[in-house]
Amino acid sequence: MSTRLATGGRLLDKSRQLKFAFNGKQLRGFAGDTIASALLANDQMLIGRSFKYHRPRGVVASGAEEPNGLVGMGTDDSFEPNQRVTTTELYDGLTASSQNHWPSLEFDVGVINSKLSRFLPAGFYYKTFMYPRAFWKHVYEPIIRQSAGLGKAPKHRDPDTYEHFYAFTDVLVIGGGVAGLTAARAAALTGARVMVIEQTAHWGGRAPVDGGSVDGQPVDTFITEIVAQLDAMDNVTLRTRTMGAGVYDHGYVLGYERVGDHQPGAAGPRHRLWRIRATQIVTATGAIERPLSFAGNDVPGVMLASAVRDYAVDYGVSVGDRTVVVTNNDDAYRTAITLKKLGLDVPAILDARVTAQDSPLMTEAKGLGITVMMGHAISSVKGGKRVTGVAVCSQAGEGAVLKEIACDAVAMSGGWSPVVHLWSHCGGKLIWDEATAAFRPDASKAPTGATGEGFVLPAGAANGVLHLGAVLADSDVAGYAAAKAAGFTPKKPAKAPQGNAPDEAQMMPVWMMPQGAGYDKRSKAWLDYQNDVKVSDVQLAAREGFESVEHAKRYTTLGMATDQGKLSNINGLAILSDTLNQPIPQTGTTTFRPPYTPISMASIAGEARDERFQPLRRTPMYDWHAENGAYWEPVGHWRRPYCYQRAGETIEAAVAREVTATRESLGLLDASTLGKLMVKGPDAGKFLDMLYTNMMSTLKPGRCRYGLMCNENGFLIDDGVVARIDDETFLCHTTTGGAESIHGHMEEWLQTEWWDWNVYVANLTEEYAQIAVVGPRARDTLAKLTGDDISADTLPFMAWADITLGGMQARAYRISFSGELSYEIAVKASEGRALWDALLAAGAEYNATTYGTEALHIMRAEKGFIMIGDETDGTVIPQDLGLGWAISKKKEDYLGKRAQARSHMTDPKRWKLVGLETLDGSVLPDGAYCTADGTNDNGQRNVQGRVTSTYHSPTLGRGIAMGLVLNGPDRMGDVLEFPKVDGAAIKAKIVDPVFFDREGEKQNV
Amino acid sequence: MSNTVSALNGASASGYVQVHEMGLQGMITLRGDLSAKKLVDAAKTAGGTNVPGRGHIALSGAHGIAWMSPDELLILTPYDEVDARLEGITSKLAGTHHLAVNVSDARAMFAVSGDDALVRETLAKLCPVDMSAAAFAPGQFRRTRMAQVPAAIWLPETGEARVICFRSVAQYVFDLLKGASLAGSEVGYFR
Repeated sequence: MSTRLATGGRLLDKSRQLKFAFNGKQLRGFAGDTIASALLANDQMLIGRSFKYHRPRGVVASGAEEPNGLVGMGTDDSFEPNQRVTTTELYDGLTASSQNHWPSLEFDVGVINSKLSRFLPAGFYYKTFMYPRAFWKHVYEPIIRQSAGLGKAPKHRDPDTYEHFYAFTDVLVIGGGVAGLTAARAAALTGARVMVIEQTAHWGGRAPVDGGSVDGQPVDTFITEIVAQLDAMDNVTLRTRTMGAGVYDHGYVLGYERVGDHQPGAAGPRHRLWRIRATQIVTATGAIERPLSFAGNDVPGVMLASAVRDYAVDYGVSVGDRTVVVTNNDDAYRTAITLKKLGLDVPAILDARVTAQDSPLMTEAKGLGITVMMGHAISSVKGGKRVTGVAVCSQAGEGAVLKEIACDAVAMSGGWSPVVHLWSHCGGKLIWDEATAAFRPDASKAPTGATGEGFVLPAGAANGVLHLGAVLADSDVAGYAAAKAAGFTPKKPAKAPQGNAPDEAQMMPVWMMPQGAGYDKRSKAWLDYQNDVKVSDVQLAAREGFESVEHAKRYTTLGMATDQGKLSNINGLAILSDTLNQPIPQTGTTTFRPPYTPISMASIAGEARDERFQPLRRTPMYDWHAENGAYWEPVGHWRRPYCYQRAGETIEAAVAREVTATRESLGLLDASTLGKLMVKGPDAGKFLDMLYTNMMSTLKPGRCRYGLMCNENGFLIDDGVVARIDDETFLCHTTTGGAESIHGHMEEWLQTEWWDWNVYVANLTEEYAQIAVVGPRARDTLAKLTGDDISADTLPFMAWADITLGGMQARAYRISFSGELSYEIAVKASEGRALWDALLAAGAEYNATTYGTEALHIMRAEKGFIMIGDETDGTVIPQDLGLGWAISKKKEDYLGKRAQARSHMTDPKRWKLVGLETLDGSVLPDGAYCTADGTNDNGQRNVQGRVTSTYHSPTLGRGIAMGLVLNGPDRMGDVLEFPKVDGAAIKAKIVDPVFFDREGEKQNV
Repeated sequence: MSNTVSALNGASASGYVQVHEMGLQGMITLRGDLSAKKLVDAAKTAGGTNVPGRGHIALSGAHGIAWMSPDELLILTPYDEVDARLEGITSKLAGTHHLAVNVSDARAMFAVSGDDALVRETLAKLCPVDMSAAAFAPGQFRRTRMAQVPAAIWLPETGEARVICFRSVAQYVFDLLKGASLAGSEVGYFR
């Protein structure tokens, strides 16, 4: 059984006992524990069930590479699935529950899949559920979804906060082990700004567990001193609990800081996403130990040798009383020696190698009385939910059992793979290192930045250098090189730390154990624990033609789980290579993509939630709208009132009331969101003549003109009223949505094409609050607030004047988008609310009624005015809309003129704008098509037009619509059919698009 | 003037730094040839200080000039002086191609005050700018992005930052600054 040892646990604070619960069971651990170490200390070896076969699984590793130890943490609003027990720090009151089992962890009916594993090979789902086709969506997928998947999605809102932080540094060191610290110091001594990020809560990585000495002192001492030295340097930033998640172009790195995971309830964000710009990056990300592929290597109790050692040294936890070590390299001997020295039993070291002479570690193990069996291997592991023993065989044979050894833990080591992920994210290439049987960074093919020079340097174990002495030397060089590449040079050369550790014998690649294992063993030898991929699956994929490593990965799902194949990658592609009879480098690896381990979605969102989810643009009258029943409509990022609902009033009734009141007496509209672009300069007229289809240069100061703007392809992009302020100055109104884009459009033409024209543009959209005062009583209302002459003679239709209104400087534009007598009044935004209040008060006797966007739309539609975005969709030209009158025939050129002369644009068959009047008075569905005879090549009904705007007109008491129809203007009176979704059709007559006050008598008073 | 109200009417928040909407602030956009003596003189008179170089702001009491782009300056002045100063520019530059316009009401301005490192930190949570003292010092001026909206920032003195944004998103920017400076969320990056 696994238990807490009486002594040891260098990361623990044994004075602080913590309570936690696993599957409802109350357990105890210490401050400094991870969930994994605390569970093991409580003999909780079984932690979850596997994804596909529901096999019982326990912890395999001690770090970020852990594939099995995933739990759901917390309850209700703190619930989060798939939390890795090996990297989650224990805190008091933590609750965790195992995943992927039913009804319980101990007894899981899904385990039946395991018995059927022979019938569930790689690609099983692809092969089996192909036919009949319709079954996939309705039968197979729901069932598979029910039985697959690890954690459950959270259902509650997350109460925690998250944030981003932008940091800039000369050298970023990813990884705070001895390599990272050494590299950081070498870089920092040059004066460069250095930042070191470490994913765990501790500095030094695994060196204190592995032992050795630095400059004659224990590794622990070295780490304490170098951290203190770095901490004291002003140019160095050290951050623990911060993982280098991804390396991107131009030295951009994402760091994932788990600020609050270990102290729930504390103030501050739970996670912080660091968005780092580094001139140079050192990846000191260490290495990950590989499992060995033998039958039963997934039985709980079989663990990586380094993990067994970590639990003993770091957390004072023995995984088992009797641990068999199985290895192909010297490093695992450290585990045997460590356990033995702690007084635990190591019945045997099974070493697949046969060496001529003993290495220092072998000698030490033997000296401690440990039996070392060279050339031996595990034939199979005994036990189900827990290891009970191993059957020993020769590595060279097919697995004939030589003896059985009773044990309750197996420590395995298949060698070490450098963590090359961050090196590779941005294009760093790898080479195969025969000596360590691993891919390591190819220094000559680093990821390159804008200058074509590399910006990532690997250091230490991440660079394939495993011996302590070599690690320190390599990292010192890397740190210095990084600082130099960032433009720094040392004042005096610093001395590299000298590491000392025993020499090790050459490792021997072992991809299958024993090397001649038959199908029975191969189908029980796991490569990918999390996705349940076995040696036999990869071999099957190769035989079925999935020879590319990327294809084999997707066919078998090898490496596609949340651990992204940290343990399985090399073992899997070695098996694939072996099956294909080609060298491993020829097979290559799959692509490493960020993030290194999963990061929370919330950290990516950062502050963007609730009121900060996205910017909400408010006009100066926003609060009034909110207090007076505004039913909001999002218009870009603006919120505009769609209508103002009174108590008990439906939206339709509110809209009808607003239209009627405006037509009969007085309406007020907050039009502040309309774009207002000031265009000024000697060439402003010339410039606007090019931008608008009609002539603007002839406009007189004091006058307004409606204009259309097209892009260079001739399509209508915006419209609005242009007011000439003085000889050199125009104010161009754009649509609400067009304010920023048309400003950009103007700047683009001025900066790239007509850079020698003397024109400046300023976006004054937000400088002014603008209120439309609309209706027969509009003038009467204004007259109450001003002494200026606003009579029809002084201020006629399509003129503007500066007036004083309610004591405020105002500009009154006599323009109308409703067909009524109408003024748009602009004042400083800071006075917008004051003017609004003044107009409401002055208009009270005329039943002043505020109206929203829907009433605005209805009134413009009643008048047959087009709306950008309704009548236009990026494919419509002004000529389609009967706006030929707004297109100058005299001008030599304007943007879109040439395009509008092309054959498709002049085609008489282009659909053209007409009014549509339903025969029964109902409202046509928006976007409905009208059908024509026959069908097209695809067997669909031919169409001859579509609805672009459709409303119920309160003024006319029936449905009105506009639409684009084939030969429409020539077919007045024709009746068209518009099928509805329910199959019925509405009949509508083609009419003039101006439904109301065709002569314009109401606006011209 | 009682009718005249800034975007958030002086709202403030207290976290590990103080956030305060500064009320009405006069601002004039001046576009033109920044190398022309006439324009520089007009800007100097209106802004009460020399014209700053690229990426900088020059301040003198309640007045100042910020460099916005190779052909644009932002003149800062008390709100009630805007018309007069605009008048001054226009008369000085009569006959010279330029654009000078009041943009005071199109903007909102915030003060972020407190411990210098924490003021910098608050902005570094929201803007992709190197806020270290070595990279961004008083006198520098940066047009940037604050979360999802455009903003301009500068540091008038140690422990003080100014943020300008568009008026319509003043509440959003206030919420951003308030959220970023919640007590307990200190990063401790700058020192």
